[in-house]
Amino acid sequence: MSAGVVLAAAADPGVGNPVLNISIFGAFVAVTLIVVLRASRNNKTAADYYAAGRSFTGPQNGTAIAGDYLSAASFLGICGAIAINGYDGFLYSIGFLVAWLVALLLVAELMRNTGKFTMADVLSFRLKQGPVRLAAATTTLAVCFFYLLAQMAGAGGLVSLLLGINDRVGQSVVIAVVGILMIIYVLVGGMKGTTWVQIIKAVLLIAGAGIMTVWVLAIHGFNLSTLLGAAAELGGEGVLSPGLQYGLTDLSRLDFISLALALVLGTAGLPHVLMRFYTVPTAKEARRSVVWAIWLIGLFYLFTLVLGYGAGALVGADTIRAAPGGVNSAAPLLAFELGGPVLLSIISAVAFATILAVVAGLTITAAASFSHDVYASVIKKGKPSPGMEVKVARITVVVIGILAIIGGIGVQGQNIAFLVALAFAVAASANLPTIIYSLFWKRFNTRGALWSMYGGLGSAIFLIAFSPVVSGSETAMIQGADFSWFPLNNPGIVSIPLGFILGWLGSISQRTLENPVIAAEMEVRSLTGHGAEKATDH
Amino acid sequence: MSNAAPHSTPATPVIDYQQVESKPNFVALKKKHRSFVFPVAIGFLAWYFAYVLLADYAHEFMATPVIGNINIGLLLGLGQFVSTFAITTWYVSYANRTLDPIAAEIRGELETIEAAHK
Repeated sequence: MSAGVVLAAAADPGVGNPVLNISIFGAFVAVTLIVVLRASRNNKTAADYYAAGRSFTGPQNGTAIAGDYLSAASFLGICGAIAINGYDGFLYSIGFLVAWLVALLLVAELMRNTGKFTMADVLSFRLKQGPVRLAAATTTLAVCFFYLLAQMAGAGGLVSLLLGINDRVGQSVVIAVVGILMIIYVLVGGMKGTTWVQIIKAVLLIAGAGIMTVWVLAIHGFNLSTLLGAAAELGGEGVLSPGLQYGLTDLSRLDFISLALALVLGTAGLPHVLMRFYTVPTAKEARRSVVWAIWLIGLFYLFTLVLGYGAGALVGADTIRAAPGGVNSAAPLLAFELGGPVLLSIISAVAFATILAVVAGLTITAAASFSHDVYASVIKKGKPSPGMEVKVARITVVVIGILAIIGGIGVQGQNIAFLVALAFAVAASANLPTIIYSLFWKRFNTRGALWSMYGGLGSAIFLIAFSPVVSGSETAMIQGADFSWFPLNNPGIVSIPLGFILGWLGSISQRTLENPVIAAEMEVRSLTGHGAEKATDH
Repeated sequence: MSNAAPHSTPATPVIDYQQVESKPNFVALKKKHRSFVFPVAIGFLAWYFAYVLLADYAHEFMATPVIGNINIGLLLGLGQFVSTFAITTWYVSYANRTLDPIAAEIRGELETIEAAHK
């Protein structure tokens, strides 16, 4: 296939048929809403609403984790990054995958055994309840917010491609629609409904990407080398080896190390991933879910490698850059190139569903954290009146939904893989040190936890605020101003070690030990699963 | 109890967890868990960062072609996938065979103690 034909076909990237696009997406919304309604019939207690009654099996939950994790950033962002920057885009997916080993080996089972609904349950187990819960809820909300922004930015970009809406007002309306749909899912369905949406979406996304992968490989005679050759012919030899995006200067190389650190250590600190471990009945099922998630996620990232290079070879980096939605439009444009408007509609609907599902997962996590950790445990001292906790969670869902809509409108046009990388940096700096310390280090105390969480969170956000992401570069969020002095885009290389050091320093600088009886209880329970929360029967 | 903090569940704890902690089977479980997860975690992180540094600073080396257009960089990257899948499988079989039986044994003992106090 000659490059000329490709360019001609994609020359009009206001692609596809908006009516078809909307009807396929509408069908997805209708089907999932029915599932959510059916799933929500048993939502009575807090355990039902936050943890789906702990009734999912390992494979189901693993698929849902993959659904939660394979966000629009993974699909659109990584495909686009590979299509344009070649090998450097591939590096994202490796970090995202290897990170799961941290979750599998060090975090998942121990968290499941000691917690109830949220990350804060584990962190405050043997430390002072009030302050630690408040800190954990703060970091949870911060990570969820960054992640939500990324998803919302993705929604806007996708829509501009699908419906040919390029003006900000039109995109803003679509972001609002996504937000409202998400609020409905989470309000009605709780964790059970949200989990089913994740499962359906994960299956559709992986199947869709799988079909396109086979298709792209078939065009190139099922020979990876031929595909790489075609991508290199159109994009230059540089796409096949590292360095195109991050190899330019010493600073950009350092930035890449910072990113790699944030990616590999961020996953096990993502609150919406951690919360999924509570939807299964036992630690063994939590382990099985992570195993399923690792296989599904790994498989998917292998697909994105082919799709990214496929988009580079069949669509071309220049066409992708010029399309509405920019880098993020590589995967939809490839779908159009392969299967015309119908495949484009299907893939776009899947991508849209992806955003919707991830946003729903983030929202329920943030709502659970606020109502369970802040309202029920801190404000009401662990004794909320019956039913109030879930009620507060529902109100929080609406508030977060509105904030996400406003924020999403604000960040239109940002690269989403990159925004997600920031969320990972915050998670790795603020959450992971405290999680690891409280599970493995007996000497760890309340002061260490607070220093680590607030210090990690504060330094990550502070450095982002004074980085080229926010001001002083072509793609900065605030144009026309330059108050940046931190040279890196990703704060991880500073803020993650800082989080760990502060946790250690805070702990050793104080002589008072936390209650050794509770510390012993936590250790025994985390390793044996004794007294872990059981599934509820309906 | 459903909304109380986790460790406040039993009003009067019937199990002396500090004693459980010093029992030989628990000591063995803890040792077997940590002696697996710590070295493996250090190992895969070292391999990951070695790969990251190569990709970051050794472009020429990574661009060395091996088969057709497939170069060392791509093979090492795919190697990260292979090692991740392999470690996952290894850990699961280790946990199922070595950790789970001891954990189940201790859980059984603790439940017996609790049942006796009801």
